Amino acid sequence: MTSNRILPMSRAISEAIAQEMRTDPSVFVMGEDIGAYGGIFGATSGLLDEFGDGRVRDTPISETGFIGAGVGAAMSGMRPIVELMFVDFFGVCMDSIYNLAAKNTYFSGGNYKVPMVIMTATGGGYSDAGQHSQTLHGTFAHLPGMKVVAPSNAYDAKGLMATAIRDDSPVMFMFHKGLQGLAWMASPDGAATVVPEDTYAIPFGQAKVVREGKDATIVTLSMMVHHALDAAEALAKEGIEAEVIDLRTIVPLDRDTILKSVAKTGRLIVVDEDYKSFGLTGEIIATVAEHDPTCLKSAPRRLAVPDVPIPYSRVMEQFVLPNAKTIADSVRASVKGA
Amino acid sequence: MATRKTQSKTNVSADELKQFYRDMLLIRRFEEKAGQLYGMGLIGGFCHLYIGQEAVVVGLEAAAEEGDKRITSYRDHGHMLACGMNPDGVMAELTGREGGYSKGKGGSMHMFSKEKHFYGGHGIVGAQVPLGAGLAFADKYKDNGRVTFTYFGDGAANQGQVYETFNMAALWKLPVIFVIENNQYAMGTSQQRSTSSAEIYMRGEAFGIPGEAVDGMDVLAVKAAGEKAVAHCRSGEGPYILEVKTYRYRGHSMSDPAKYRTREEVQKMREEKDAIEHVRDLLLSGKHASEDDLKAIDKEIKGIVNNAADFAKTSPEPALEELWTDIYADA
Ligand SMILES: Cc1ncc(C[n+]2csc(CCOP(=O)(O)OP(=O)(O)O)c2C)c(N)n1
Ligand SMILES: [Mg+2]
Repeated sequence: MTSNRILPMSRAISEAIAQEMRTDPSVFVMGEDIGAYGGIFGATSGLLDEFGDGRVRDTPISETGFIGAGVGAAMSGMRPIVELMFVDFFGVCMDSIYNLAAKNTYFSGGNYKVPMVIMTATGGGYSDAGQHSQTLHGTFAHLPGMKVVAPSNAYDAKGLMATAIRDDSPVMFMFHKGLQGLAWMASPDGAATVVPEDTYAIPFGQAKVVREGKDATIVTLSMMVHHALDAAEALAKEGIEAEVIDLRTIVPLDRDTILKSVAKTGRLIVVDEDYKSFGLTGEIIATVAEHDPTCLKSAPRRLAVPDVPIPYSRVMEQFVLPNAKTIADSVRASVKGA
Repeated sequence: MATRKTQSKTNVSADELKQFYRDMLLIRRFEEKAGQLYGMGLIGGFCHLYIGQEAVVVGLEAAAEEGDKRITSYRDHGHMLACGMNPDGVMAELTGREGGYSKGKGGSMHMFSKEKHFYGGHGIVGAQVPLGAGLAFADKYKDNGRVTFTYFGDGAANQGQVYETFNMAALWKLPVIFVIENNQYAMGTSQQRSTSSAEIYMRGEAFGIPGEAVDGMDVLAVKAAGEKAVAHCRSGEGPYILEVKTYRYRGHSMSDPAKYRTREEVQKMREEKDAIEHVRDLLLSGKHASEDDLKAIDKEIKGIVNNAADFAKTSPEPALEELWTDIYADA
């Protein structure tokens, strides 16, 4: 079947879930306002109508309870997809996530598996302050036992969600609110893409070179892919060819694609919407440094949220978030050795 | 005129009734203005209005004394105005300006006032409940006779930490009033769909905490219940639960599809139960105030709210240097 329909990321996610639910009766969804409301970020829209409230279950606001229940259900052979409305709310249920979901496979010597997807909204840029705007990529990636996915567009989101549901390990599926294509929150043009109607799965651990270039490598993910592409576009007009890598999955991390690119360009700029210190940006740079620091022609650079809580004020928030201009400036400085 | 189920018969002075009218109207007009500024793009994020619920905080504040504390969720504008915080500073925080209570860093959900013993403004559902017990713990420790009003919603009442807190508060006889603002919905989920037994006020029973349900559209009933709860706490008897039945007229936040209830349901509440109309009726029918008196109050409130909006529009954007202050206590 061929078609060129374009879907927003939210619809791509809900379609992937629906397709897995049709073929696997052990898949069910639960979370706050994911039924009639369709999820406040649209990731479960239409599911209640097709599958009913037995398989698409609204929960009370009891994250400790329902995320823990998801772990238990997964251990007894179900494949729960549990939505944590905003990743920032992880504090209420982190024990279930990092001590139970992430460790029960190991501590049972492989006796039990936890095939669970925790789907959650990330990111800011719309003045919602620091309890509703974080991405926390590094927080989850830091902890062994969970896979962590953060798509940048609808096509990838559908394929990565299919893989996440079929995976026997717990997966954090982190979608950026600003990519979902919601009526009330603008998305960058590239977030909605052509999405095939058939099911397809995108393997974890395969980053994608979304733009080729020879002068510098920008490694990034999620929303920042779009800003990096805009930066690369602007730089191209000045004769600087930046290569842009969309990580797609953080755990497992496709280190080879990064190393190969940096070996070619000799320059590395890492862009993340997470906090700067002790996180993803440092990990990528360390990967290159450990492998072969001599491949770098200039010091690696990173753009991330400086280590402050994300402020409400628009001017302040926009200042702390990386954008196309700050990314282009950083690449330029890296290339010109400024 | 619409009929009401409850008619409060409490003895209340004309002045007090007028004060209730004024305080509730301030919240309503302030929130309407905030809704307008949101529509104009001057307020960002999610902005949760208190319209419909005004009698809850106004009634309870009337039962509070100087030095008592309050803490609540993100639906906090009404609480701040009712405890006497400056509308200019609240509105300027909504627009993220320098003159806002949190210097623009917190926004709608995150404001505090040491002067008014207002401890926030919290974005994580239910998180303020144990904090409220901690405030009461400090008061009991200092033996200062203060009580803490800890507000949370019907949705928040399903968070586990609420029950850990109930147990400790009862065990340690903490002077805390748990005010459950039951507006019947948690975002798009009605209370029936989220809550195994409807009577939330009875959930303290297992811990030995007395509780009662109150008509939250009747400010006099709220005040009377508040006084009873305060007396209980101040006498050293420990915590008290008030489930205040109320209703929010607007969406959960400014981006609410409103598909989970009918227009008629909202309309019916507005017409038959509106707390401000109720007091207005009492004032007029009891000849405590004339139409002209009320018009004068309306005008005064309009002035306050317009000034707050002007201040919030003209207060400067925060300087970027402010980003690096207040991260730690000493920097
Ligand atoms: C821990 C947590 N879970 C979910 C949310 C998202 N959320 C914000 S408000 C809300 C509904 C809360 O309803 P209720 O407690 O009844 O208060 P109301 O909004 O009606 O005042 C939800 C689910 C959150 N902020 N924090
Ligand atoms: Mg509610």
